[in-house]
Amino acid sequence: MHPAPSVILFSTLSGLGFGFLAFLGWGALAPSGWAAFLLWGLGYGLAVAGLLAATFHLGNPKNALKAFTQWRTSWLSREAWASVATLLTLAPVALSAIFGLGLPRVVGLVGGALAILTVFTTAMIYTQIKAVPRWHHWLTPVMFVAFSVAGGAMLAGVIWAPALLLAVGAVLLAVWRVGDGAFAKAGQTMGTATGLDQLGVPSVLDPAHTAGNYLKREMIFVVGRKHAAKLRKIALVLASALPAVILLLPLGLWGIVLAAVVHLAGALAARWLFFAEAEHVVGLYYGARG
Amino acid sequence: MTALPGTTEKKLGLVIDLDTCVGCQACVTACKGWNDAGIGLSDQNPYGADPSGTFLNRVHSYQVAVPDAPAQVVTFPRSCLHCDNAPCVTVCPTGASYKRAEDGIVLVNEDACIGCGLCAWACPYGAREMDADQGVMKKCTLCVDRIYNETLPEEDREPACVRTCPTNARHFGDFADPESAVSKLVADRGGYDLMPDMGTKPTNKYLPPRKKGPGTASPLAPLLDVKATGIAGWLDRMLGKT
Amino acid sequence: MNQPRVETQREVGDEVRQTTCYMCACRCGINVHLKSGKVSYIEGNRDHPINKGVLCAKGASGIMQVTAPSRLKAPLRRVGPRGSGAFEEISWEEALSTAVAWMKPLRETAPEKLAFFTGRDQSQSLTGWWAQNFGTPNYAAHGGFCSVNMAAGGIYTIGGAFWEFGQPDWDRTKLFVMFGVAEDHDSNPIKIGLGKLKARGARVISVNPVRTGYSAVADDWIGITPGTDGLLILSLIHCLLEAGKIDLDYLAQWTNAPLLLNEADGAEKGLFVRNAESQPFVIDKTTGHPAPWDGKGVQPDLGAEWQGNRTVFRHMVEEYLKPDYAPEAVEARCGVTAIRIRQLAAELAQVAFDQAITLDRPWTDFRGNEHTDMPGRPVSFHAMRGISAHSNGFQTARALHLLQILLGSLETPGGYRLKPPYPKPVEAHPTPHFVTTPGKPLTGPHLGYVRSPDDLCLLPDGSPARIDKAFSWENPFSAHGMMHMVIPNAHAGDPYRIDTLFLYMANMSWNSSMNSARVMEMLTEEKDGEYVIPRIIYSDAYASEMVAYADLILPDTTYLERHDCISLLDRPISEPDAAGDAIRWPVLEPDRDVRCFQSVLLELGVRLGLPGMVNEDGTAKFKDYADYIANHQRRPGVGPLMGFRGNGEAEGRGAPNPDQLARYIQNGAFYQAHVPEEAAFYKPWNKAYQDWAVKLGLYETPQPYLFNIWSEPMRRFQLAAEGFGPRQPPDHLRARLKLAMHPLPIWYAPYGDEDAAFGYPVHALTQRPMDMYHSWGSQNAWLRQIKGHNYLYLPTKIWEAQGFAEGDWARVSSRAGTIVVPVAHMAALNENTVWTWNAIGKRRGAWALDADAPEATTGFLLNHLISELLPDRDGVRLSNSDPVTGQAAWFDQRVRVERVAAGDHPRGTVEPLFERLSDPPLAGGSRAQNSSKNFAKSFRKLLVPGGEAER
Repeated sequence: MHPAPSVILFSTLSGLGFGFLAFLGWGALAPSGWAAFLLWGLGYGLAVAGLLAATFHLGNPKNALKAFTQWRTSWLSREAWASVATLLTLAPVALSAIFGLGLPRVVGLVGGALAILTVFTTAMIYTQIKAVPRWHHWLTPVMFVAFSVAGGAMLAGVIWAPALLLAVGAVLLAVWRVGDGAFAKAGQTMGTATGLDQLGVPSVLDPAHTAGNYLKREMIFVVGRKHAAKLRKIALVLASALPAVILLLPLGLWGIVLAAVVHLAGALAARWLFFAEAEHVVGLYYGARG
Repeated sequence: MTALPGTTEKKLGLVIDLDTCVGCQACVTACKGWNDAGIGLSDQNPYGADPSGTFLNRVHSYQVAVPDAPAQVVTFPRSCLHCDNAPCVTVCPTGASYKRAEDGIVLVNEDACIGCGLCAWACPYGAREMDADQGVMKKCTLCVDRIYNETLPEEDREPACVRTCPTNARHFGDFADPESAVSKLVADRGGYDLMPDMGTKPTNKYLPPRKKGPGTASPLAPLLDVKATGIAGWLDRMLGKT
Repeated sequence: MNQPRVETQREVGDEVRQTTCYMCACRCGINVHLKSGKVSYIEGNRDHPINKGVLCAKGASGIMQVTAPSRLKAPLRRVGPRGSGAFEEISWEEALSTAVAWMKPLRETAPEKLAFFTGRDQSQSLTGWWAQNFGTPNYAAHGGFCSVNMAAGGIYTIGGAFWEFGQPDWDRTKLFVMFGVAEDHDSNPIKIGLGKLKARGARVISVNPVRTGYSAVADDWIGITPGTDGLLILSLIHCLLEAGKIDLDYLAQWTNAPLLLNEADGAEKGLFVRNAESQPFVIDKTTGHPAPWDGKGVQPDLGAEWQGNRTVFRHMVEEYLKPDYAPEAVEARCGVTAIRIRQLAAELAQVAFDQAITLDRPWTDFRGNEHTDMPGRPVSFHAMRGISAHSNGFQTARALHLLQILLGSLETPGGYRLKPPYPKPVEAHPTPHFVTTPGKPLTGPHLGYVRSPDDLCLLPDGSPARIDKAFSWENPFSAHGMMHMVIPNAHAGDPYRIDTLFLYMANMSWNSSMNSARVMEMLTEEKDGEYVIPRIIYSDAYASEMVAYADLILPDTTYLERHDCISLLDRPISEPDAAGDAIRWPVLEPDRDVRCFQSVLLELGVRLGLPGMVNEDGTAKFKDYADYIANHQRRPGVGPLMGFRGNGEAEGRGAPNPDQLARYIQNGAFYQAHVPEEAAFYKPWNKAYQDWAVKLGLYETPQPYLFNIWSEPMRRFQLAAEGFGPRQPPDHLRARLKLAMHPLPIWYAPYGDEDAAFGYPVHALTQRPMDMYHSWGSQNAWLRQIKGHNYLYLPTKIWEAQGFAEGDWARVSSRAGTIVVPVAHMAALNENTVWTWNAIGKRRGAWALDADAPEATTGFLLNHLISELLPDRDGVRLSNSDPVTGQAAWFDQRVRVERVAAGDHPRGTVEPLFERLSDPPLAGGSRAQNSSKNFAKSFRKLLVPGGEAER
């Protein structure tokens, strides 16, 4: 799949934002006044920046509001509802923190849960796509939620954040391990895609079109094996191990900032790979000669 | 809207005969022409170094390694299969993508499309292409603006690709009717689904290439031993002079 | 659920205009839908006899043809050096007077100094007539390059041919065999026919080195070695003869098999024995005595020997029963096993003789014999360039016709059927005319069918009279001329120099020439301060590669903006059951300062005062081409169009009707005259058909004839080569004529095979893709997205031997040149053959495409490898063509293929890469739609090292 910057930024930033909002809602930090404004602002900022980035991915954003209509069947619609519900539910909590209004804690608990649910709905947008076998696995939501929770915990300075970050690493390893075999396991080949497996083993003779098209740009992306291996290492170190170590160092707030920057870079690399390495079955029609 | 209708009254779709398709691309441009005039299918850099455009139908060509026989070449048209269990419909957040209850055609309501591209991701067959100018998703409409179009003569109320196909390799009809020509073709010629394991239950069916190879006539027996009898012997036998 | 309302009643346009397509030579009927005067959609005309509603990829993309930015927009005069593409716009008056100023003195002094050659011209009956009236012998169209072997091989043998002269009886044939048919004439009718066969489950076999398209859907594929089809066919004939599986009755009645051949040594040897009335005759089986060949009730004896003279049949049997033709003797050469050859022969015999059919239709033959029914042998064949573009293509075409004759399937139900005006024997065609008289027309048409050396176009000194050397000893039967030799010969001044080269729709500096790179040099070479070819006038609708090489450009209209007639005088749109002709008419008005070339030609004719084009007072006889189409009479009562003549009811013959074009338009732009049922088969011998053809005006008297197994015209040339007769060939051509002019179909190795010994072992072929076949404008914005560049396809043997991998490039060289191109593997391919799609490659800057267009950077032509001349033989270089017809032998090509390492040649740029042509003034007006959504694209490029999976 084409690793579109908008979608990578969206899912990474909003995941981190919602994770942080969740911890804020759950009261892992109890800031007040300006501190509350800044921290809640950061959470909202990340989440909303992500959502805005996502609109760059839309061909026709003027109809965006219609995306709320299909929550019965569409994970994207559910994500829209969940994100709005989260942001609306947590708004009074944030205001309460900033202005010291003393809102009951339960609202924050619910809002936090909604934030994680939002991340889950985001993940399900990908997970549901059977045509991309690498995504079509329960590990996909686990990974999204793991990133969100670990990132949120990290920003919230939660004591077990390093463990959560290491867990992200473990999940990544599992995702790659399972993902690398997913396409083959799904059993689709050029033969099944065309039905010519009844006849023999097909390969491409002439390309269907020598010019580019949406499918080739959007769904058929080839990332070099070496390049991917390198990026995986970078993602693992930056998203998981290094920030965990940094958090364990006695650097205080700066430690969190540094860890967050490093983690975000790692998360972006991991998310880039999530897209770039995902093979869509439509590629079978195009084959290597494309 | 994006819920799939349980069943549809009719199941309109295409049969594509791979034994007959010669890969001439006529269906590709007839489709492009008809739908460009209708819903608009844009081209980017049409005369440039890197042209690109929206097409709703593409014809691939494959070579197939066949056991114990020379390799074969099969040309393969690919467009929307109007699946019963269309994943492109259910993923749509706005309801723009839908399957019609009356005839099973899968359509995009461009007025509601946000161009998120999720439906194209969901489709295993590459049936949907986002139009780069309009920012909305385009797909085969089964020429819904032809098949019911009373401004057209009745015989023309079929998809543009079917009407133009020079070898008659494309057939349009109702698969819900077991007596329809398309249903019979599928039954007689072993029509099949693409990637059946994807669970999409496509309406369109493909007819496989017929078995190829040398004929079954037994070799001709010589009239007589020409070497021994000479041409004269042959002439005598042939022209019945003996 | 409430579903959105869908617009299902969309109006396609506000008006439909029916005209004729011109994206290739099929000439399908089209419905052009217009909305507010602009084309909105083009579809096939269901009532049209050729396409019956269907339309190919090109036809359906016609809308892009009339909006193409490459359309020329005004007359142009060259201002820079030739080939630079520097032009200035001039007025039509200036353009026409310039052309006249160049041509008029030539007509008055030496008409042959004007050479007028047209390419994919569909108005040859006008252009030829114009050239005839100008008085130059130097006229032809593109057929000599294209497929004259097919036409001439057929006419000389059966009085008809493959190509578009006939078609299989699609509704009845049970076995259809194609030889060397890719996307070929005619494209949609063959597809429709194949569709019919497939719907019935009838069997289709393809003999072709490449298994694509029609060969891909064929039930069996024989991947023959190029140039050996004739040998395979003669081996099939050997098998059929050996088994006695031939149609003796058919041979005795309808062919020259029972005619007697003179066996006395001397000037008559091998000619037919003739009676006192100079008529050949047969021996009647019932009496044992000579009887007229066309006598009623005569039963010709195929095996007769009379006064020491034996029948054609006996000579034929003797020839083909030779062990040289046994499958075992030819299998290695053909690349087809003996078993498969025997298998194919058996299949042919089985269908022809065991599955024969009969139509219950009584008919009477030309001898007056009555027949109660029409027996048919449901085996049919089609063949095109794969066999004809070889130096043995004429004889191969003849061999295939002989095979059909022996099976008795030609012109019978289920077999191959001719389309009016065919059948038409050699005798009914003109001979070539060439004698020039300053200021006067030629005495007859340029192109024709030579019967003997007397008909050759030779000057008194024996040198060729025509610039292309057509109808000379080098290529005696060049019935379509030899367009591919015009520029090389004019450049070499051999046989003489010309002054003005006038070309129409002929991309000679690119894909319509052999050795394109050399042709470009010939066109630009100077001598004594003047170009060697001093003046070039060119007419085209688009900025093709040729435009840059002309001095004066007469911009033509596109096909929707013009009149045309698809005439029975030329290449009509007949079907076996109906004669047909058609028109084009301007369904759009040109939006540029361009004119229909044919109208321009008539205007030039008026200014030059050419007979037939001017009234006695010197005024124009015809206002324009449309006026000519309706009012010109070639013979009294016979004009370009057969329909709606006289009062509007007359068919074929009748006075000109001023309403004729309007009636055609009303009728969907075509007309059909239906062949009566009892005349539909056995046409060359069917009295009802002959009478119908005379009534329609196809000929003036019935023209029944016998199929020519033995070709007397060919034997006359052999006799000359043997030293008989007053007109003698030059000595260096004697051996070649003796072989090539064998009066029975034979096979000899194509001349290109000699290159194998020089290290060029591999056959190199091209095919036109169906989506661009013959199309005058493959810059089409839709079609170029489908095929914007090409690969050279390599067979498994070569692929593996040199360790090629996906994405590789190769250096391909021949005796004439070298190209470096991208390659791809193809398994379904003759193991000693490479091939590519033809004419995808474009020159940089041509056709209003970006200089970096893939057509120019990775698209390529094989033409650069093909020499227009054969290697030097004792100081003589002959055309790389069939020795009989002069058909360009591009499929003889042999090459060497070598893998090129990435380090040795940068990927992405083919060699040779020619200098970019600058744009002449163009219509522009591109529908260019540039995306406003490029933000993501540029951003992506920053982030994405992997790149898109595109090639």
